[in-house]
Amino acid sequence: MPETASSQALDTFPRLLLNHAQVRGSKVAMREKDLGIWQCWSWQEVADEVRALACGLAEMGFKRGENVAIVGDNRPRMYMMMSAVQCLGGVPLPLYQDAVANEMLFVLVDAEVRFLFVEDQEQVDKVLELQEQLPQLKHLFYDDPHGMRHYTQPFIHDVRELMEMGRIHNRNHPDLLTTEVAAGSADDVSVMLYTSGTTGKPKGVCLTHKAFISAARGGADFDHLTADEDILSYLPMAWVGDHLFSFAQAMVTGFAINCPESAETVMNDLREIGPTYYFAPPRVFENLLTQVMIRMEDASAIKQKMFHYFMAVARRSGAEILDGKAVSVADRVLYALGNFFVFGPLKNVLGLSRVRVAYTAGAAIGPDLFRFYRSIGINLKQLYGQTETCAYVCLQPDGEIKFDSVGKPAPGVEVKIADNGEILVRGPMLLREYYKRPDATAEAINADGYFMTGDAGLFDDEGHLKIIDRAKDVGKLGNGAMFAPNFIENKLKFFPFVKEAVVFGDRREMVCAFINIDIGAVGNWAERRGIAYSGYTDLAAKAEVYGLIQESIEQVNCELVGEGVLADSQIHRFLILHKELDPDDDELTRTRKVRRGFVAEKYAVLIDALYGGKDSQFIETAVKFEDGRQGKVAADLVIRNLKVFGAAGREAS
Amino acid sequence: MSRQIGEVILDLKQVSLSFGGVKALTDISFNVREHEIRAIIGPNGAGKSSMLNVINGVYRPQEGEIILRGQRFTKMNPYKAAQAGISRTFQNIALFKGMNVIDNLMTGRNLKIRSNLIQQAFWWGPARREELEHRAKVEDVIDFLEIQHIRKTPVGRLPYGLQKRVDLGRALAMEPSILLLDEPMAGMNVEEKQDMCRFILDVNDQFGTTIVLIEHDMAVVMDISDRVVVLDYGKKIGDGDPDEVRANPDVISAYLGASH
Repeated sequence: MPETASSQALDTFPRLLLNHAQVRGSKVAMREKDLGIWQCWSWQEVADEVRALACGLAEMGFKRGENVAIVGDNRPRMYMMMSAVQCLGGVPLPLYQDAVANEMLFVLVDAEVRFLFVEDQEQVDKVLELQEQLPQLKHLFYDDPHGMRHYTQPFIHDVRELMEMGRIHNRNHPDLLTTEVAAGSADDVSVMLYTSGTTGKPKGVCLTHKAFISAARGGADFDHLTADEDILSYLPMAWVGDHLFSFAQAMVTGFAINCPESAETVMNDLREIGPTYYFAPPRVFENLLTQVMIRMEDASAIKQKMFHYFMAVARRSGAEILDGKAVSVADRVLYALGNFFVFGPLKNVLGLSRVRVAYTAGAAIGPDLFRFYRSIGINLKQLYGQTETCAYVCLQPDGEIKFDSVGKPAPGVEVKIADNGEILVRGPMLLREYYKRPDATAEAINADGYFMTGDAGLFDDEGHLKIIDRAKDVGKLGNGAMFAPNFIENKLKFFPFVKEAVVFGDRREMVCAFINIDIGAVGNWAERRGIAYSGYTDLAAKAEVYGLIQESIEQVNCELVGEGVLADSQIHRFLILHKELDPDDDELTRTRKVRRGFVAEKYAVLIDALYGGKDSQFIETAVKFEDGRQGKVAADLVIRNLKVFGAAGREAS
Repeated sequence: MSRQIGEVILDLKQVSLSFGGVKALTDISFNVREHEIRAIIGPNGAGKSSMLNVINGVYRPQEGEIILRGQRFTKMNPYKAAQAGISRTFQNIALFKGMNVIDNLMTGRNLKIRSNLIQQAFWWGPARREELEHRAKVEDVIDFLEIQHIRKTPVGRLPYGLQKRVDLGRALAMEPSILLLDEPMAGMNVEEKQDMCRFILDVNDQFGTTIVLIEHDMAVVMDISDRVVVLDYGKKIGDGDPDEVRANPDVISAYLGASH
């Protein structure tokens, strides 16, 4: 490759950006749908705007090493601001845009943020709410001027003002940017991402240019990504996955990122863009499939027949064809027909026709779901990683896809399993430190330089890593048998009717569960059976729904018998919660992981009822509505006993 | 607030309207000032919608006159009203259910389209340029009302709250100077009402549009309007800022109920 000589020097993101502006200046770098039209920025235009932003920041008194918080939906200018901050040797700090003001406060204070860039009025209002507690905040910039006419505070500026200022500054100091970029080093921190904090206060993970570039380059080479890819950037910018796919890999390979018009239009925008490289958490794939299935049930009889016939063909041979394995000629012909009549149009409707590589991560994906996408010819793969490792530890190689593993260690990454089952990783992509937390850094990285992931896992015979659970969540039942709650919960969540599950059993004689039903799927199921209901609480309490969920759990119990050490973890009793677990009530993290300890404490009375042998339990819970008002939900929850199975699969009690 | 309430822009003088023997409005006078939000309230059958229909010329009052920007109209009709910059929304949404949101909003631009039928049929030259301009204006409205996600959805398939929003959008697409809203929040849930309030205030604030609205939700009326006129059985029983009206004993007994 002719690039090897120069790639030596391309070791920071600003240098990569300036290089793209030179090498492929007129190629599209970013698109955003605005006023119904996809507006484009070429690499040259991106570099120019970044220059204006950076010079503007310099004019405003920005200092090297400073943290700049960025809050908003995925917008080109948000990504450009990250680059501008990096150009000046600063550290961009993207925050979750749906965080409430108080959640933002901790991070803004911890990171001593003086400059803050937000998307719109909504975010400005949040910051103003906190203003008194943020004495160090000097300047607040906003991108979208809608509704901002009456904000006269002198520290609030339209980002266009900043850029105008920057352009003037640039005319007077044309060498500033070049000098600043040259002063940067690959070992500087390129971005700081706060961990969602399932436990304790969030920690700022400091990731260097070197770390992110090595992760991005490793992944790009692994999947042969080129500058011609298109990707839809719609996941929170504060999340490591988006930073890797939408920022780091775009900077490394030069492909185009596309920002949707709004959160509600994502599916439409996906179809219009037709990405070639796609990333989504399992939940998105699940929703897509649910929609397809619901619409198929309403389709005409002929279409339904065709769909089911060809889906059977796909289940039989689709995934094998994708993996390049031997498949009979008859099946190949049938699959080709199916592709013409069903899979092709279906992929088109989903906006996935052009996808070459799709990834999912962040949570376990159901085997049926995974197989569905692969069987219709979408190269969906899993990866494994965390914020601390730039989301880059294991990847599934093409043609070696296993449904229950997360693949092999990625190029350049060393993975080993500790004696207690914990997964340890080492490589260039590791975090430098936790921001201002040497204690936490020392705790997370051991003497040999391995990062302790906190996940328990094991390697199978072919060197594929299999994740079992969070290492700290793995507990013991009263009789000493291993208890892996996430493992069981994931099995439950694979049923379309179960949205969330929380199981208890550590140091107890038996396993019990809370269930959240999926209002969409169960609601549809209920409508088809003529069961009337008024809302979540009502639907969740229906005896028919209890029956439905009971069947699912008993099936899980039956499967657990075959899992050896986990056979004792069968669920004995369960109840369906009267409200959906919600990040606004602190029951889930912003990435929708259950806060087990908090839930256990909040619903202690329900747990007592489960283990106390009661048939029902009254509960009243305070809830926060979307508009911030408080309310109460009360219900009498039914508790049901479940069948558990003996070693031979027979009913034991 | 930066908006300045200006001079009287619309003045109704001694308006009376009857349908045969039924007197819908009797001798009603009130005015609307530029840039203000003016509410008309009253119990069912008080004549509120009739009042709006008089303003934009759907009904012709037997007596009285309408003075719009100093110009006297004894015979107002909807076409003249629209030309004079008055647009409105309807209590029972008046949209083309089978057409999508964009097309519905484009109908709001109809009055401003200059090219003729043949030019439009061939979508040629000026007609094409013109349509693009109007489409851009419609996109501004879509952006303003945050309805990008339903741009291409047929209106009949939308939930009620969103249809109301599209109805407002169609009225806004006319770039009115006076906007008449007939129960913009009827049948909405709390969240939809909040959104609608925000949009009404934003329209008033950003474009300086004068707004005359009929609304049943007293909390909303008292919150967002500058002045309120109260009708009962076709007669005006109160007029003033929200606090005055709230304190008016006639209004209390007629509208809010005697128990207050």
